[in-house]
Amino acid sequence: METILVLTHVDESGSALTKASLEAVTAGVELARQLSAALTIGILGPASAEAANSAAGAVAAPGARLLAVSGEAFAQPRYATDAAGCEALCRAAQASIVLAPGSSRFVRVAAGVAHRLGGFLDTHITSLSSNDCVDATRWFYRQRVEATISREARPWFLLLDAGTHAAFAAEPATAQVEAVDVTLPTTRTTVEGLRSPMRDAQTIRPDAQLLFVAGAGWTKKQPDGQIHVAEAGQLILAFLRLSGASLGSSKSLADQKAEGPGEEQSVLPFLSHMNQIGQTGATPRHAKGLSTCCHGEEPHVVGWRFVGERRAISLDQNCGWTRGKADVVYITDAFQVIAKVNELLQARRS
Amino acid sequence: MAQALQLVVCAGIVPDPLQTLEPVTGPNGPGLKNEMVLPAVLDPWAACALYEAAQLVAKNPGSKLWLVSLGPKAKLQQVMMTVGQKAVFELIPIDGPIGGFPDAHSTAAALAEAIAALPGFDRERLLLFGGWESATRGAGVTLQLVGERLGITDQFQGVDQITLREDGSFEVLERVEGGRHQVSVCAGTPAVLGWATGNLAEPRNNPQTGMANMRGIMPALQKAKTVALDGNGLRYVSVSLPKQQRETRVEKNMTADEIARELVEWIGAE
Ligand SMILES: Cc1cc2nc3c(=O)[nH]c(=O)nc-3n(C[C@H](O)[C@H](O)[C@H](O)COP(=O)(O)OP(=O)(O)OC[C@H]3O[C@@H](n4cnc5c(N)ncnc54)[C@H](O)[C@@H]3O)c2cc1C
Repeated sequence: METILVLTHVDESGSALTKASLEAVTAGVELARQLSAALTIGILGPASAEAANSAAGAVAAPGARLLAVSGEAFAQPRYATDAAGCEALCRAAQASIVLAPGSSRFVRVAAGVAHRLGGFLDTHITSLSSNDCVDATRWFYRQRVEATISREARPWFLLLDAGTHAAFAAEPATAQVEAVDVTLPTTRTTVEGLRSPMRDAQTIRPDAQLLFVAGAGWTKKQPDGQIHVAEAGQLILAFLRLSGASLGSSKSLADQKAEGPGEEQSVLPFLSHMNQIGQTGATPRHAKGLSTCCHGEEPHVVGWRFVGERRAISLDQNCGWTRGKADVVYITDAFQVIAKVNELLQARRS
Repeated sequence: MAQALQLVVCAGIVPDPLQTLEPVTGPNGPGLKNEMVLPAVLDPWAACALYEAAQLVAKNPGSKLWLVSLGPKAKLQQVMMTVGQKAVFELIPIDGPIGGFPDAHSTAAALAEAIAALPGFDRERLLLFGGWESATRGAGVTLQLVGERLGITDQFQGVDQITLREDGSFEVLERVEGGRHQVSVCAGTPAVLGWATGNLAEPRNNPQTGMANMRGIMPALQKAKTVALDGNGLRYVSVSLPKQQRETRVEKNMTADEIARELVEWIGAE
């Protein structure tokens, strides 16, 4: 008989669970139902009744528990303290299956925690199912090979990719939280905060409907024999502002440095390697994606695995997108089209 | 003041990303068709870690760099022909299976054992580097487990920058959600850093570095220990390629106005 623990953590406000945590709660509720298993939710963060109340509905069933480790040490993500906190939650819950969101916070510590518990961890889980045993689906080779796996060994830790489950939503209820004690380790790391590398704008929006990818073509010589980097930057930023899209980039564009003395910044100052999509970049989840001035080579397109509808604008009718990688490819000049799109979006706004 | 560091980079080898991959199931579980003949490269994010480590060694006299790599000896040798020209290091090869399907926990155990046995190993001066995810398993698990096994609880993942300070402490930038970095300051070594892209371009091949490295690499490969990796109860129910092909509509004759209208409609409401 399995017992399930869902590890969750609070967001930056400290008073609510992250969306990814609530998604993991949904996965836990579903799996517990399928397996007729007992469910425990564990919360890591500074003490927060509000956060606990948002998950209380998930542990309404008899035997279900809500555990929390709390205190200033958990106000910020840090390996030593988070690992100790998660370890304490796991020991208190004695679960055979531990689900957790694949957030940067838990990605940093989950393997270490699994090891401490004598368990095993699989990450980037995109779906879970159970008949006689629990099966989990994940991708290998940077989203090029899909596998369904199972493990006999317990405890089995599974980190779920964000966006693979709906966020748990129930009327907040007053939660009966069991506080779990943690022996805090000595900390040698101080978290100083968050820093955004973008100079002009925050361009990465994981929750956006649309992913807008800019390729190296934006900085290449155009049919008039000139390069138009400044104009490219303006068009892209205007599009992002008007459409609410998240900005992705090809590796070739992200690798380009601006010319000039002492310049270490990217050719487009609002873009960094964090925007890069693909083999050595990100694999974001968006309903739609629009690629511009990008050739659609395989190491780039593997990063589009979880992008639903795909369209591309390229001057090259032999680009990768035309070979079954996009739904629609417009063979034309992206400068002209995006300028027009921006006009239309602007008009729609006003 | 420069610090004499011990830098260990864990890096596997992976199929060149431009290769077509086809999963097959053999007697030992899943693998890739013709895996042993597919051209291989050093795992890209781990390669970023290697370049960052080499730079730290160059800036901190008395420091030492080991590259610990688990894979089939013959493939390691091929990859080292190129990698050996990019940075000065001592290779610690572990002869073992290739690919993304073996279990990460077993890989980590083998790596940790090899690191703990390094001649002159001083854990207190250790910076353990690697990629934050591999291009094969893509799990982001191995390095963390190696760190746990070595008792290191200052760990950072998705690292883009490390800045050493005079007093031995260092600042680390780690990627977090929404395109931001978490900034942390660690009091000093030992620490584990799983690297994302970092800030360094791939170094040019330097044949002289290659020649110097090869003198150590070849004998190391000859005496590489062979390991078998336990599956730890990991079972593959299915392994398959996704349906890749879409029915692509290629539009060559639409005007910019027509395309813009179609796109705005497709994008829909904000
Ligand atoms: C180990 C490894 C890892 C890699 N990882 C990644 C990765 O993570 N992500 C990634 O993106 N790549 C990756 N690559 C690189 C990848 O193979 C390609 O080189 C890269 O994606 C090309 O970028 P691009 O399409 O923007 O540039 P280019 O190949 O230069 O293509 C530019 C395109 O823009 C078009 N264009 C130019 N002007 C216009 C215009 N006005 N309007 C419309 N179209 C125009 C051109 O026709 C062309 O198709 C990797 C490669 C290797 C070897």
